[in-house]
Amino acid sequence: MNSRLYGKSQRLTIRAQAVQNIRMFFINRGYLEVDTPLLIPAPAPEAHIDAIPAAGLYLQTSPELCMKRLLAAGYRQIFQISKCWRAAERGSRHLPEFTMLEWYAADRDYRYLMTESMQLISYLTALHTADRHISYNGTRVDLCGEFEQITVREAFKLYAGCEMEEALAKDEFDELMTEKIEPRLGNRVPTIIYDYPASRAALSRLRSDDPTVAERFELYIAGVELANAFSELNDNRVQRKRFEEELELRKERGAPFYPLPEPFLAEIATMPPAAGIALGVDRLIMLISGAATIDEVVAFTPEEL
Amino acid sequence: MYTVADLKKGLKITLDGDPYLVTAFDFAKPGKGQALYRTKMRNMITGSTLDRTYRSGETFEPASLEDRKMQFLYKEEEHYVFMDNQNYEQYRMDEESIGDAKNYLIDNLPVDLLLFRDKAIAVDVPNFVNLRVTQTDPWLKGDTSGSDSKPATVETGYVLRVPPFIEEGQLIVIDTRSGEYSTRVKE
Repeated sequence: MNSRLYGKSQRLTIRAQAVQNIRMFFINRGYLEVDTPLLIPAPAPEAHIDAIPAAGLYLQTSPELCMKRLLAAGYRQIFQISKCWRAAERGSRHLPEFTMLEWYAADRDYRYLMTESMQLISYLTALHTADRHISYNGTRVDLCGEFEQITVREAFKLYAGCEMEEALAKDEFDELMTEKIEPRLGNRVPTIIYDYPASRAALSRLRSDDPTVAERFELYIAGVELANAFSELNDNRVQRKRFEEELELRKERGAPFYPLPEPFLAEIATMPPAAGIALGVDRLIMLISGAATIDEVVAFTPEEL
Repeated sequence: MYTVADLKKGLKITLDGDPYLVTAFDFAKPGKGQALYRTKMRNMITGSTLDRTYRSGETFEPASLEDRKMQFLYKEEEHYVFMDNQNYEQYRMDEESIGDAKNYLIDNLPVDLLLFRDKAIAVDVPNFVNLRVTQTDPWLKGDTSGSDSKPATVETGYVLRVPPFIEEGQLIVIDTRSGEYSTRVKE
């Protein structure tokens, strides 16, 4: 008998219930659950996300591209809970195979998703915790009220003691984010950190009133990065250029080359303005079940197979 | 050679010329950013700790450390001299690197010496060491202080608390992990 595995039964039960509750949350709001292929010919080219090749194709790193093609085809509110794979990502909060929740809404922007993601987290906390608080790593996070909102620019000034632009120019953005900023986010109430620099826009659109930043936010609870959201870019020329830049960065770091996702690039030209968000389900379960590592919320880690 | 992705808790690496023990290690990746490896390390010579964040691609030399069976020979000014039981080579260590082990070093004591680049950086003494009491006051009958122990000095100069019945010249066993009296040796 594998008693260590059976010891996970309580958290695996919370996990199963939470996934059902996530489904109910979206179904009740009129979202359609979709199920797009996991094996894809061309993952979104991103400088620092490596796909795992399989059967001449790739395991998806995110269902993002297929879901946006659904938006472009006229589906207005969709969600998906699916497995994603990212090569060589393993740590106390990372598994190379993990579960992602993504949802997209037409004619909405990232502001709408700030509210909706808060509602989802509050809803799940009410169902899965005794007193609408998340206790994590000795931090008690209150889910009863408002979330904190801070711009990336403010966070750099406040916690890293420098300007965001200076961090980018010195190539210290990621280090300062990891060492100085992330540990300060979401400790009293959840934190939404928003308006990422344009160079970190990924697949989001720039702010029309301040094109130095992108309409992108991340949600943190107890220092744990939980979700990433965009006002979606639907200009396919700009998107193609960004993909080409990302491929160039991949080439510089000696990472594998990907073919461009041509059907996606063709179809997003007809995508309505939309907002989309990806949330790490395993990390969410960690937070609501008080698990110190991601290993505790999955039946098997890669090392245990 | 290790790459940063090979690092894990307990691994010993060379950094800035010193041996370091990795005491904590985690993978991090701030939203859409690059892979970062966060480490905590302890300098195995000075004991000081270090927090460092590395990017992927960083490489490290393993710390070539060697444990050798030796015996303590003698103290010479500020240095302690040990001899390898196999090849009779001698190694010297200063008082600071010796640490608490200096309380137990008597002639011919068998020890484990940790060598880094042929330099002794740490000494491991046996868990129990027999040392002779060189000074302790006799227990006075009718002592009403209520104390059930008294101070005693052993041959290395180390002072510890011993039971009242211990007299000068007696051999006692000390637990080197706690530094406390363990028992009396019947001679």
